[in-house]
Amino acid sequence: MQNYVDKTAPYTALVVIGGGPAGMAAAVAAYDDGVRDMVILERDLNAGGILRQCIHNGFGLHRFGEELTGPEYADRYHKMVVERGIAIKTGATVLDVTPSDEEGVAAYVTAISEAEGMFTLRAGAVVLAMGCRERSKGALNIAGTRPAGIYSAGTAQRFVNMEGYMPGRKVVILGSGDIGLIMARRMTLEGAEVKAVCELMPYSGGLARNITQCLDDFGIPLMLSHTVTQIHGKERLTGVTVSKVDEKRRPIPGSEIYFECDTLLLSVGLIPENELTRGANIGMDGITGGATVDQYRQTSLKGVFACGNVLHVHDLVDYVSEEAALAGSSAAAHLRGELTEGRTITLKTDGKVRYTVPQAVTVTENTADVTVYFRPSDIYRDVTVTVREGGVDGNVISKKKRIKVAPGEMETITIKAADLNATTADTLLVSIEESAKKGGNA
Amino acid sequence: MAITTKNLTCIVCPRGCTLTVTLNSDLENPVVSVEGQGCKRGVDYATAECTHPTRVLTTTAPTVDGGVVPCKTDRAIPRELLFEAMKAVNTLSAPAVVRIGDVLLENLLGTGANIVATANRG
Ligand SMILES: Cc1cc2nc3c(=O)[nH]c(=O)nc-3n(C[C@H](O)[C@H](O)[C@H](O)COP(=O)(O)OP(=O)(O)OC[C@H]3O[C@@H](n4cnc5c(N)ncnc54)[C@H](O)[C@@H]3O)c2cc1C
Repeated sequence: MQNYVDKTAPYTALVVIGGGPAGMAAAVAAYDDGVRDMVILERDLNAGGILRQCIHNGFGLHRFGEELTGPEYADRYHKMVVERGIAIKTGATVLDVTPSDEEGVAAYVTAISEAEGMFTLRAGAVVLAMGCRERSKGALNIAGTRPAGIYSAGTAQRFVNMEGYMPGRKVVILGSGDIGLIMARRMTLEGAEVKAVCELMPYSGGLARNITQCLDDFGIPLMLSHTVTQIHGKERLTGVTVSKVDEKRRPIPGSEIYFECDTLLLSVGLIPENELTRGANIGMDGITGGATVDQYRQTSLKGVFACGNVLHVHDLVDYVSEEAALAGSSAAAHLRGELTEGRTITLKTDGKVRYTVPQAVTVTENTADVTVYFRPSDIYRDVTVTVREGGVDGNVISKKKRIKVAPGEMETITIKAADLNATTADTLLVSIEESAKKGGNA
Repeated sequence: MAITTKNLTCIVCPRGCTLTVTLNSDLENPVVSVEGQGCKRGVDYATAECTHPTRVLTTTAPTVDGGVVPCKTDRAIPRELLFEAMKAVNTLSAPAVVRIGDVLLENLLGTGANIVATANRG
């Protein structure tokens, strides 16, 4: 691994990596908190990130109180960036982030662009906002040939929505995450026949509203506990075999159904894009695929913050903007020397809570209430979400009842500043506790 | 009197509340009550959904230079008109340079809704 330490490189107080909604919201918040010397580095030729291809609506109800499409939401933030005169370099790909031992410099950020070639910035603070990418089909073990006609759902989304090109006419979709559901509707509206959406799990990973408006509206079947077990066709895909799976997700012999199709869309999940983060030896969370952070969204490398899909996959851009604003304000506080060291409390999870963000809380005399975001591992009904001091028998310092929690929808629980200051525990356990009467995992 | 209940997923926002609607088929407006909504919009949605479902259409319109521009209906249209609306939008020839909010088609299929651009282009 090459290191790009350059102590003569120009200093920039804040370098934001990625010009999607997270990067833009972080930059705006930092500006509003007084930072002027900053730049956003964006690999693409336009700012906006993944939202540019998400032409459906449903963005921004929370943040702007109106229902916007992806490009409209991105434009709102782009306008705020432009109004403030924040520098944004497009076509600039960051290649490396190297920790610094210089006082007041968090890291050396090296990028390449057509206009400037390769350049390094000595960054007082860095916000990581690189987003995520789709899991590739190589990661899937499906038997059969590899003909043309197999795409990730996001690639198909870019073809249809940005290039006006339909990848096929008869479609099967594997994976019921939101991108898969949105593409089922999109391709149907454009005249394709979407035969089925197959989901390996017994529940959908997508939002309930998308099952209603993208599948039910068009009579597209959602086949839960089903997966594609065979791909057919030589040059072009001619069909797929779909099988039911048992509780251990193994295909059940004899349950095979053949679907004739020319297109298979894979919507099998997103992974945070963290090559740069790993390259900087920043501490990672094996479950989220992102950095571990405290409530300021500060990583293990002082002065380096992370937010948006690069930290953990969000389904709602409103939460991305909220988290990014927090990261941007924290970067500003760091630059003013106000993010002081404190006592670290680690957040642990039971198996039912799959992960939390933040993964740790830094307690100082200025600590405010902390909102913990988390995802459940499964669907649980009639539960109490608790935060306990120490372990399972510890004192409960926060709790909240929920009728239903599901992996597809991010949850939150707040821990009061007073409780954080009062506790002597060095770990807190976040868990989902089922009530005594059998709720069941329907 | 025919009283029934029905569960709907509200699609107004990503929260996706589960709504329980009580219907009386003898009434002109069959919706007797709605429960489970996180906000007032849920009641309006349930009422519309049980009488005349509507949807906002989001799609792309062809441009004169052979590309596409993202667009939407500026208000919800009857759900059964979605495919006809798609036909109308796909025969458009939008300018190469458009700004968010530009009207690309007025009064789509007599619904009173306009097709407006949702992205800047050119
Ligand atoms: C298909 C789909 C549908 C969705 N639907 C909804 C919805 O209906 N409602 C909703 O609220 N949310 C929805 N979301 C979620 C929301 O869009 C995302 O959570 C949000 O866009 C994430 O923002 P981000 O800035 O973290 O990442 P991104 O938008 O991915 O932006 C990351 C940016 O970083 C840049 N970048 C990456 N690496 C580098 C590098 N090395 N150097 C320079 N730049 C780099 C990328 O080019 C990109 O522009 C959807 C997401 C997808 C993918």
